[in-house]
Amino acid sequence: MTGSATTVSRGSRFGSRADAPCTLLVRGARVIDPAAGTDAIGDLAIHDGRLVDPAGMPADAPVLDATGLLAAPGLCDLHVHLREPGGEGAETIDSGTQAAAHGGFTTVCAMPNTDPPLDEPARVAYVLSRSEAAAAEVRIIAAATRGRAGESLTDVGALAAHGIVGVSDDGAALPTARLARQALLALAPLGLPLIEHAEEPTLAAGTLMRAGPTATRLGLVGWPPSAELIVVERDIALAAETGARVHFTHLSTSAALDAIRRAKARGLPVTCDVSPHHLAFTDAWVAGDRRFSWEVDDAPGAAFGGALDPELAYDGACRVNPPLASRSDALALLAGVADGSVDAIATDHAPHPPERKSVELPAAAPGIAGLETALSLGLAAAAAGRLTLAQLFSALSSRPAALIGAERSLAAGAVADLVLVDPEARWTVSPETLAGRSANTPLLGRSLPGVVRLTVAAGRITFDATGGAPAP
Amino acid sequence: MTIAEPAAATWRHRHLVDVDQLSRTEIERCLDLAVELRARRERGDLGDAARSLTGEVVGLAFYEGSTRTRVSFELAAKALGATTVDLSVSGSSVAKGETLIDTLRTLERTGVTIAVLRHAASGAPYLVARETGLRIVNAGDGLHAHPTQALLDAVTLREALGGSLQDRVLTIVGDVAHSRVARSNLHLLTRLGARVRVCGPLPWIVGFDGWPGVAVTTNLGDALDGADAVMALRVQLERAAASGVSSLHEYTARWGLDDERMTRARPAAPVLHPGPTNQGVELTAALANGPRSLIGRQVRNGVPVRMAVLSLVAGARVTG
Repeated sequence: MTGSATTVSRGSRFGSRADAPCTLLVRGARVIDPAAGTDAIGDLAIHDGRLVDPAGMPADAPVLDATGLLAAPGLCDLHVHLREPGGEGAETIDSGTQAAAHGGFTTVCAMPNTDPPLDEPARVAYVLSRSEAAAAEVRIIAAATRGRAGESLTDVGALAAHGIVGVSDDGAALPTARLARQALLALAPLGLPLIEHAEEPTLAAGTLMRAGPTATRLGLVGWPPSAELIVVERDIALAAETGARVHFTHLSTSAALDAIRRAKARGLPVTCDVSPHHLAFTDAWVAGDRRFSWEVDDAPGAAFGGALDPELAYDGACRVNPPLASRSDALALLAGVADGSVDAIATDHAPHPPERKSVELPAAAPGIAGLETALSLGLAAAAAGRLTLAQLFSALSSRPAALIGAERSLAAGAVADLVLVDPEARWTVSPETLAGRSANTPLLGRSLPGVVRLTVAAGRITFDATGGAPAP
Repeated sequence: MTIAEPAAATWRHRHLVDVDQLSRTEIERCLDLAVELRARRERGDLGDAARSLTGEVVGLAFYEGSTRTRVSFELAAKALGATTVDLSVSGSSVAKGETLIDTLRTLERTGVTIAVLRHAASGAPYLVARETGLRIVNAGDGLHAHPTQALLDAVTLREALGGSLQDRVLTIVGDVAHSRVARSNLHLLTRLGARVRVCGPLPWIVGFDGWPGVAVTTNLGDALDGADAVMALRVQLERAAASGVSSLHEYTARWGLDDERMTRARPAAPVLHPGPTNQGVELTAALANGPRSLIGRQVRNGVPVRMAVLSLVAGARVTG
């Protein structure tokens, strides 16, 4: 056990990657293995942390009746903010990885915008050493520029020796095409991607939400979709020229996704992820709407009518960069997950304390805590018919894992790395049911489908809400 | 005569943040109460209204500069028997970096019951309403809303146009995108049945074409054609260049109102302006001071409308 004694539900407990490997026979789950293309009721036998043939299990191995549960490879998040070092009031490596384990994630990629930022090998090594006994594997995305100042590149060769999965100045794109081109030339021989927060700064300056009818009504300066597209098109041109990988994170517009589709069709090494809040929420949430993107069927002009909900309007919890998408873009991004042109769902888990959120919107810190609600939102989208379970788990596990050179398999012989989730059970989001240190999400108070029962990371139980059945 | 009793009886709002929370009936009762209070005020006898806010402490929390709005709220509150507290921004804890919520909570603890809030951030009154127990009257938040200005415009317009705005054509000219007055008026005028046109340089009207009951054009002649009344908005000198309008000269040449251009509107169609005016920019001095101008009447309606709003929010009973 690591960190605080957080309990997110009665009888649940957290473990860590430093615990002993587990032995457990999981009986009768619906096993979804996207990489293998399988989806069938079956048993999973874990012996000393490895998946084995059930016939080879010891007779006295603990047995978990997993009837009604989904078993899928452990989820892999390409974009989280763990806030350590420097922001421990909002999150720590321990609390953030427990949030990950509670959400079914076994690997998280930590962004470098800590204080100090992760722009030097020693700082990367420090975070990696701090996370050895965490509740999820932590991989590092190093800063692309020193101090994240957008001026001089970090030493990517030295950083790569510490096992980083890419570089990013997340929070902003590389400010100039010249600097982005230099970064790609440095990254190309290493095979590592530039991970871009695609946002043209002069168009984004001063904006508080996505441009559109809701922004017009609320009197908030709107963020134009061109802010994203301009950087995406710029970096696609640079990827074509340099041969280096570019990964666009938290994509929020259909226009940029279309540009990425065209680049992929040309065979360019371009990938992207979308956050759950850009799939499920809409810009109308800033005005107090709380319907998911797929639940809305409003007449034109509806954004201007009626009274705002005084309890929810202008809620700082809805401020995020890039801003929440229009409904049509959210649905287009969901379609992109379904057709595979979106490579991954990544949370952009961005914890902030209440004093940075319960303030006027321009003063609110941008970001949403997302590790513990991502799978539930994905299951809600699947229940609404927007995704198949295979598409959902592919985007949450095997495909993001492949982008960082990791494998996700439920075949015998593989290291056990998996999640068991009850897709029908529901839970209510609250500070008490979240393991993360911050509860900044507009989902507070909401009932969501999908309760994680067991998370196994690299053979170790990192979260267990099975009610004590398995006794490792 | 009993004007306000039915209004108070049906008023169900602890706060007035924007006109969008009010039904047409509630708006009309608020306007009727304002007219009644104006009449009493002009004959020098407010009757029982003079004591209707006794015991209430109205905090004037103006985080942005304002003279006429703050003064009219203060006069309105005092006329109704309330105590007022002026939170002036300079020299207070606001200047020392105390957060909005901390400041308003402190006001609440010291006995303020109603906060009249003006703030540069759109949506700030919702935050204060959520996070404190104060009743909130919005005196202007960012680009979002200025409901008492819209209500006093409606009192003025309703009287000038014969008692009803139903099916009337009202044209708003200027920087609608950056105007809280315009947004509150769009809610209010469309709720009262008017058809609204907005007109100005494209960057100042873009996005409003989706608003039900609102038509958008950059062509001033089309916007004025047959209009029953015209409202000019104040051009913020610093905003022109920042939003892509090349110069005030260009603005005045294409969108400035004068008597000649007003001939496109209905005969004697009145002109309004929320003030303060830039005479010679958004309208000529001759128009602002001429027979079409309702600007003086708008100002005259400021205090009675704020009296009406404060009484309704306080739940006061005002009887004749």
